[in-house]
Amino acid sequence: MAVKIMIPTPLRQYVGKKDQVEVEAKTVEEALSRLASEYTELRRHLYNQEGKLRSFVNVYLGDEDIRYLQKEQTPLNENDVLSIVPSIAGGTPAPQ
Amino acid sequence: MATATLTSVSDLSKDEILRYSRHLIMPEVGMDGQLKLKKAKVLCIGAGGLGSPLLLYLGAAGVGRLGIVDFDVVDFTNLQRQVIHGTADVGRSKLESAQATIRGINPNVEVVGYDARLTSENALELFRDFDIIVDGTDNFPTRYLVNDACVLLGKPNVYGSIFRFEGQASVFYARQGPCYRCLYPEPPPPGLVPSCAEGGVLGVLPGIVGCLQAMETIKLIIGQGQTLIGRLLVFDALGMKFRELKLRKNPDCPVCGAHPTITGLIDYEQFCGIRGEEHTSDMSGIPEIGPREVKKMIDEKQPFVLIDVREPHEFQICRIPGSTLIPLGEIPKRMHELDSASEIVVHCRSGQRSARAVEFLMKAGFQKIYNLKGGILAWSDQVDPSVPKY
Repeated sequence: MAVKIMIPTPLRQYVGKKDQVEVEAKTVEEALSRLASEYTELRRHLYNQEGKLRSFVNVYLGDEDIRYLQKEQTPLNENDVLSIVPSIAGGTPAPQ
Repeated sequence: MATATLTSVSDLSKDEILRYSRHLIMPEVGMDGQLKLKKAKVLCIGAGGLGSPLLLYLGAAGVGRLGIVDFDVVDFTNLQRQVIHGTADVGRSKLESAQATIRGINPNVEVVGYDARLTSENALELFRDFDIIVDGTDNFPTRYLVNDACVLLGKPNVYGSIFRFEGQASVFYARQGPCYRCLYPEPPPPGLVPSCAEGGVLGVLPGIVGCLQAMETIKLIIGQGQTLIGRLLVFDALGMKFRELKLRKNPDCPVCGAHPTITGLIDYEQFCGIRGEEHTSDMSGIPEIGPREVKKMIDEKQPFVLIDVREPHEFQICRIPGSTLIPLGEIPKRMHELDSASEIVVHCRSGQRSARAVEFLMKAGFQKIYNLKGGILAWSDQVDPSVPKY
């Protein structure tokens, strides 16, 4: 299934500045995995060291959070749109 | 503190009626709505990028009491976006500056300032006297603190956040929907999501998001329209697109769920990993060199290579003569351009990115390699003040 993944601005620097990437995938897991394989620098922003999706990164299929669907096993249909929505806070750097 | 011309909250003076006429002639607001605004007490955390438009519009709208929590001082670099402060306010407390501007717009508003850092020790007491809390903060620990305090006290938390060209807005009101932790149970580790100082921000972006927060606050007060409770508004300024994502209450949420495990405020800096040494970039093994030493090497014509790992647009702002630009992201594929037999000094803006580059290159076998302590900022301070700081 050809699906679109919307890339949020904080992560666009890791995908050659694109705001969306198309991948072929049957599930959310496959789609994100393909994305992280194609853009290796993105991997550490999406996955922690145990290979689990980081909990400050939310993934939506359409307007629904995948946590309330079948999580990473959520099946995809042709032309589905996935969105990556990371936590942002702007402002001051953390104290050094 | 305000010396406002305060009138009773159960009616409007002739002046107020004229001032707010554009509100009063709308059935959705009317006298009832304006009186609700006058009785309302809203606490704004932060008088910065988000706080500026928020406070300006809530003040103009006639919110009766506006509390502001900000311990910071107006900095020159704030003026690009924090429009409640002016050039003459640089060096002044943000609180005083904001209070003066609001008073100038609307002397009917009682502005109460709290010149303190919001902490787990003071948050609950501070929030208690207000109806609505608006989160205009700039860091993760405070966001979680504000959220948890609002959930514990049963108050709505009007959320807005920004990064470069992206904004988010929502209303977290645990009594009616999800809270911030339902959306983001965990913060990112420090260093993974850049700040405005490191990532930059288009000044008007917090202007837009702060206005969205002001709008939601007013709607909550007058009880009109559909608020963003249960919805996350995501704004892409570059594409000029607004998207709406559904937010659900997490039944297992540790603070607002059916069986909360967080029943009091915690140490948020620790929660966000800021205290933990293992989370901040550990620079203790990285060999360093100071700007004056490097200047000496240049003056004595000692052979060495100076590598600048900043981005091309930073190189355009200023550079150290004789440096070669290899942006940090390109180091892995361009390190063959470097001779491991040479002495190499690596610099960036403040010394953080260059430390990572030195760490990477040391692992790749480079031994005569040093991080310029304090980066080009320190170079400007200690060697060449004509180099602009940014």
